[in-house]
Amino acid sequence: MSTAPTILLENLHLSYQNEIVFKQLNLTISPSKWTCLLGPSGIGKSTLLKLIAGLIPAKISGEFFRGTIRTDNTMPVSEQVAYMPQTDLLQPWFTAFDNALIGYRLRGFVPDSILKQAKKLFSLAGLDKALKKYPYQLSGGMRQRVALIRTLLEDKPIVLMDEPFSAVDTITRFQLQTLASELLKNRTVLLVTHDPLEALRLADDIIILSGKPAGIAHTMQLDSPAPRNMDNADVIHYQGLLFDALTKAKEIEA
Amino acid sequence: MKFLLRIIVILAGLIALWQVIIMIFNLPPYILPTPFSVLSTLQNRFALIVHETQITAIETLLGLLLGTLFGSIAALLMASFRSFSFWMLPVLVMSQAIPTFAIAPLLVIWLGYGMTSKIATAIIMIFFPIASSFYDGLKQTQQGWVDLAKTMHAKKWRFFWYIRMPAALPSFASGLRVATVAAPIGAVIGEWVGASQGLGFLMLNANARMQIDLMFAGLVILIIFSLALYFLMDKSLKWLIPWQKFQEHS
Repeated sequence: MSTAPTILLENLHLSYQNEIVFKQLNLTISPSKWTCLLGPSGIGKSTLLKLIAGLIPAKISGEFFRGTIRTDNTMPVSEQVAYMPQTDLLQPWFTAFDNALIGYRLRGFVPDSILKQAKKLFSLAGLDKALKKYPYQLSGGMRQRVALIRTLLEDKPIVLMDEPFSAVDTITRFQLQTLASELLKNRTVLLVTHDPLEALRLADDIIILSGKPAGIAHTMQLDSPAPRNMDNADVIHYQGLLFDALTKAKEIEA
Repeated sequence: MKFLLRIIVILAGLIALWQVIIMIFNLPPYILPTPFSVLSTLQNRFALIVHETQITAIETLLGLLLGTLFGSIAALLMASFRSFSFWMLPVLVMSQAIPTFAIAPLLVIWLGYGMTSKIATAIIMIFFPIASSFYDGLKQTQQGWVDLAKTMHAKKWRFFWYIRMPAALPSFASGLRVATVAAPIGAVIGEWVGASQGLGFLMLNANARMQIDLMFAGLVILIIFSLALYFLMDKSLKWLIPWQKFQEHS
């Protein structure tokens, strides 16, 4: 895979049902890094992710969008993006393995190399025995791992994640974070999260959104390599700062 | 308790009640025959009843097959083409608003005394539940799946085949269950308004000749046939669409 691109958001303006969500928003997402997006609920984090993924058309009823979303190469953004939503969205009529390959099935053809790659990822994720199982036979954590493999198999330089680890217990989340961090190295990752500790474990850059319309309230850069353990110096150092910044972001809104 | 077992218990209760009513009110056999006399009629006229049952069964199954086929095609077309659904939805509602009883005599005039008119009544009975349930299912694909497929640059027909259609099948299955119960009714209505064979014909004829025990025998067989058909359908659907139970959780 070629080097992952920078994502540039320029002069974004989005209104939804007469409410301005973004106004003149400018944001640069660093290449080949994990950027975590934090901020109060309803601020528009997921909306921003959907905008980048090309899931919000320029004009639909009650919604209006203007601005530029591009990368520092010449390819269209939507062709470089893999998207991992909050729920696993596995198809109950397909096995775990077929679910991981759904992107290729939907486009028409599953190359042998992808089949091999899929098998490798299943065994890396500790899912060897789950290949032929159906989603309802798997635990929440296992399902999310299948969704992660599905995202990885798309083999895109940009990965957009919308709170994909929020629905599982703490230890499972910890394991999922480690797995994702290792498997998604060298890609441009934008992760929306509600969990400050998740951001501290995984992020190279942290961006906090606040206000209405939403703007960038605070940014942080963590230099030590991710995934970080809870006793990592950066995690401990930035914990207090991050909580303060998030509290402030919430107060602005109130 | 299992559904089948509950039905057996209820039937046993009804038969007991039936016998008790005859004994209390001292009803003559031409008003209400005893369960025992119905059973012996079933035995004595077995060949006749089997023959008429075969006729009704063929009409029901063909009606079910064709009605499901037509209903599914209508649902697929409505889900695929906006203009088709624009004009088809009112037709669908109208097809349900017209009482089947009212047009059954017309169908006999147009299609004759044979099986065709009975198959047609069955088709009319089940077209609406099939078409509307399948169409509803096709219209309600989870937004998350639509979004995910879009980021994956899915081909339209492949999205339909791999996601939209299987996601609609549980809804289609509930329509098919309703249709399975309605199809024998359609066939019997067709036989009532004009036929020379079939369970509906047998019952109507027996009724007119005051052979109430034979009428009841036909009724019992009709009920058993309808229930058996429903259970067969229900079991096959559960086996063919195992994700019905889990769809909501995904």
